[in-house]
Amino acid sequence: MATKASRSAARLMMAPAVVLLLGWMLVPLIMTLWFSFRTYLPLRGGDQGWTGFDNYVRFVTSSAFWPAVQTTLIIVVGVLIITVVLGVLLAMLLDQPMWGQGVVRILVIAPFFVMPTVSALVWKNMFMDPVNGLFAHLWRFFGAEPVSWLSDAAMPSIIMIVSWQWLPFATLILLTAIQSLDSEQLEAAEMDGAPKLKQFYYIILPHLGRAITIVILIQTIFLLAIFAEIFVTTGGAFGTRTLSYLIFQRVLESQNVGLGSAGGVYAIILANIVAIFLMRIVGKNLDN
Amino acid sequence: MARAVTPRRKLINTGFAWAIGLLIFFPILWTILTSFKTEAQAIASPPIFLNFDWTLENYGVVMERSNYARFLWNSIIIAGGSTILGLIIAVPAAWSMAFVPSRRTKDILLWMLSTKMLPAVGVLYPIYLLFIQMGLLDSRAGLVIVMMLINLPIIIWMLYTYFREIPVEILEAARMDGATLREEVLYILTPMAIPGIASTMLLNFILAWNEAFWTLNLTAVDAAPLTAFIASYSSPEGLFFAKLSAASTMAIAPILILGWFSQKQLVRGLTFGAVK
Amino acid sequence: MGQIQLKQVTKSFGDVQVIPPLDLTIEDGEFTVFVGPSGCGKSTLLRLIAGLEDITTGHIEIDGTDATALVPAKRGLAMVFQSYALYPHMTVRKNIAFPLRMAKMDQAEIDKRVEGAASVLNLTDYLDRRPGQLSGGQRQRVAIGRAIVREPSAFLFDEPLSNLDAALRVGMRMEISELHKKLDTTMIYVTHDQVEAMTMADKIVVLQAGVIEQVGSPLELYRAPRNLFVAGFIGSPKMNLINGAEAGKHDATTIGIRPEHIDVVQSDGKWQGTVGVAEHLGSDTFFHIHNTGLAETLTVRAIGDVSLRHGDTIHLNPRLDEIHRFDAQGLRIA
Repeated sequence: MATKASRSAARLMMAPAVVLLLGWMLVPLIMTLWFSFRTYLPLRGGDQGWTGFDNYVRFVTSSAFWPAVQTTLIIVVGVLIITVVLGVLLAMLLDQPMWGQGVVRILVIAPFFVMPTVSALVWKNMFMDPVNGLFAHLWRFFGAEPVSWLSDAAMPSIIMIVSWQWLPFATLILLTAIQSLDSEQLEAAEMDGAPKLKQFYYIILPHLGRAITIVILIQTIFLLAIFAEIFVTTGGAFGTRTLSYLIFQRVLESQNVGLGSAGGVYAIILANIVAIFLMRIVGKNLDN
Repeated sequence: MARAVTPRRKLINTGFAWAIGLLIFFPILWTILTSFKTEAQAIASPPIFLNFDWTLENYGVVMERSNYARFLWNSIIIAGGSTILGLIIAVPAAWSMAFVPSRRTKDILLWMLSTKMLPAVGVLYPIYLLFIQMGLLDSRAGLVIVMMLINLPIIIWMLYTYFREIPVEILEAARMDGATLREEVLYILTPMAIPGIASTMLLNFILAWNEAFWTLNLTAVDAAPLTAFIASYSSPEGLFFAKLSAASTMAIAPILILGWFSQKQLVRGLTFGAVK
Repeated sequence: MGQIQLKQVTKSFGDVQVIPPLDLTIEDGEFTVFVGPSGCGKSTLLRLIAGLEDITTGHIEIDGTDATALVPAKRGLAMVFQSYALYPHMTVRKNIAFPLRMAKMDQAEIDKRVEGAASVLNLTDYLDRRPGQLSGGQRQRVAIGRAIVREPSAFLFDEPLSNLDAALRVGMRMEISELHKKLDTTMIYVTHDQVEAMTMADKIVVLQAGVIEQVGSPLELYRAPRNLFVAGFIGSPKMNLINGAEAGKHDATTIGIRPEHIDVVQSDGKWQGTVGVAEHLGSDTFFHIHNTGLAETLTVRAIGDVSLRHGDTIHLNPRLDEIHRFDAQGLRIA
């Protein structure tokens, strides 16, 4: 619904954004694809020509690959379960009438704004340090032997740090969704004699379904890419090397660009599978 | 509608919610408190909660030793610059899609979002290489561009959802009143969309400020922002809890404050309008 | 000056042609009303004239010069929108001044014109308020003020009264008519309300599905509707349309007679039926009559308060010289 003049103006005004994003997407993508088919060791002889699918095969068959996939999955799934379950409970709690709701909300949301390097470092040193960390004090207080969290229980520690960062996100979105629930629905259910638990199961949970899906999808995309938390805490040691971190090491630490690029292509494919589902939901939302 | 509850029930809710809220907030609170302790008190056993000798010494040491101001300045330039640049590119694009939609608009919007889903690690080396070749490695300009590009989809998307709430008739009225396209955007659309633009800027600033993949991998010294500053505390300085805390507090304080202002818009921005 | 001519204008959205080739001339100084049911293309037609939409084929001429390719701002037309489309972040003064500012007029002249418009529209006390602080009627006046300061060659109104409550609507109708008399400028007014059309227009254009069904003065349309659509659309309550044997008696497929042209008699009426709902307006009474054997319901106007009750038998006499006759195509038989 517009004139030709405004349509061509619109195309012109959209052009910079489209061109930039297209470039940002295509140029590195094509380069990554290109490198992934070549033997490319910048510090050891540079670009040594085509190798076909060798890098792809080597990446998958290397001893580090399956553990990295496993680590990635455990972190993603672990954090998702924790944040979604606690997020739903917390959102329901925050939706109740109380004094100082605004302040509590702020307290709960705060971790989301802490930069990942800070939260990783604060947790690593001030809480999880086996000598001076707060947990060590706590353990000693109860007469237990302090734990070297990031070496002896590295995965649970990382999952807990990341969950702390993402719980606010899940809570905030689920709270917004809960608040949009028409309270008359719950009143009607109460009139119909549904006990609280059934109200939750038949009314609140279905109402939250879409929000939960969105939380899961968005978090998955970000969680697949977590970097700073591992970089600062374990540096990928003690079984915390995720797929992303493995690729990072191949590319920048061991400077095997071909191999790393093949890994990058896998990561892109993986992220796209998740993205497709997210796009479907967002796209549907756009129609109404 | 708020449901009426008994005071007793409300009291229980309040106690419960506050306890959990404080528990979640505790690491931040603890960091802030520790930043005012001496190093000895910071690692005292049992830990001292409030009853310590408050000191600003750590802040002084951190600022002096690690050239904090330069990191802070880099963070401000990178987050602020990418936000402004992004806005300049995004406002016209969002105008187009919101007010002159075509059959392809939806696809373009979704495609833009999909670029946000591209895992950074998958394109790390190409970007690294391009940065070296263009002399952008460890430069603020380079990071401004990268931050702008990774957040551009979110900026466009947020602005688009805000613009769509502005009635087209008002823009048409401006057109009838003789406004050129530039005047229409400048005098009518932008002032009307100020709240939306402000929250978009805020969110984008926060995201850019906290971004810790590209800032760690594409900077070394000159352009390193606060994320890198903190990462440098990884060891061995990290064991000086009071100084680590002071550094951390300085890195997160501005964003905590900005963030609290933007909680409402956050949901919209991070879910691409799918949850309101 | 403000003569507007549409020559073979068409409009398509994608493959859908919403306005088939259409010719229309609006004379200078005329108050023209486009009326029709919603979705009939009347607003689209107005937007084509405004330049807010491109015409697909054909030409638009304003004062004899081709304006087809001109942007809205260059056509010298002013528009009042259904939602008023006031700029919420500007005061009333700035709203009214905006078109003048865009025309780079000097400040003294702008002030003079804004003050002038404000006093005509009783807005002087509200000049420093924002639209959000005004009532619906005041907003409407601001929108009109924004249009008149430009001294356009024609005003375009897109259902300007539909957001006002009934009482205010009558008042604003008067004000707009008054304004037309005072300014003597061409006005094109779009509405779905045939009462507005009848009371305000010099010329009514009845549209249906993008096609002009009839053009004429209000009374021409009332007295001689060209076809069944116009007959049914113009006049309130609607004209009674009767098919079958009764129409055959008049050598027509359908006959129409307005409620005010049927007399209620004590007995021996030409038609009779049972009274259904009666609407007592005081000055008139409208009866909805069933079981006449002519049509599902017959609407009849009786002068004053007639006391017939639900279920009573009523006797009617149509005025034969007021019967409209239509053929099988629905066209008027002269």
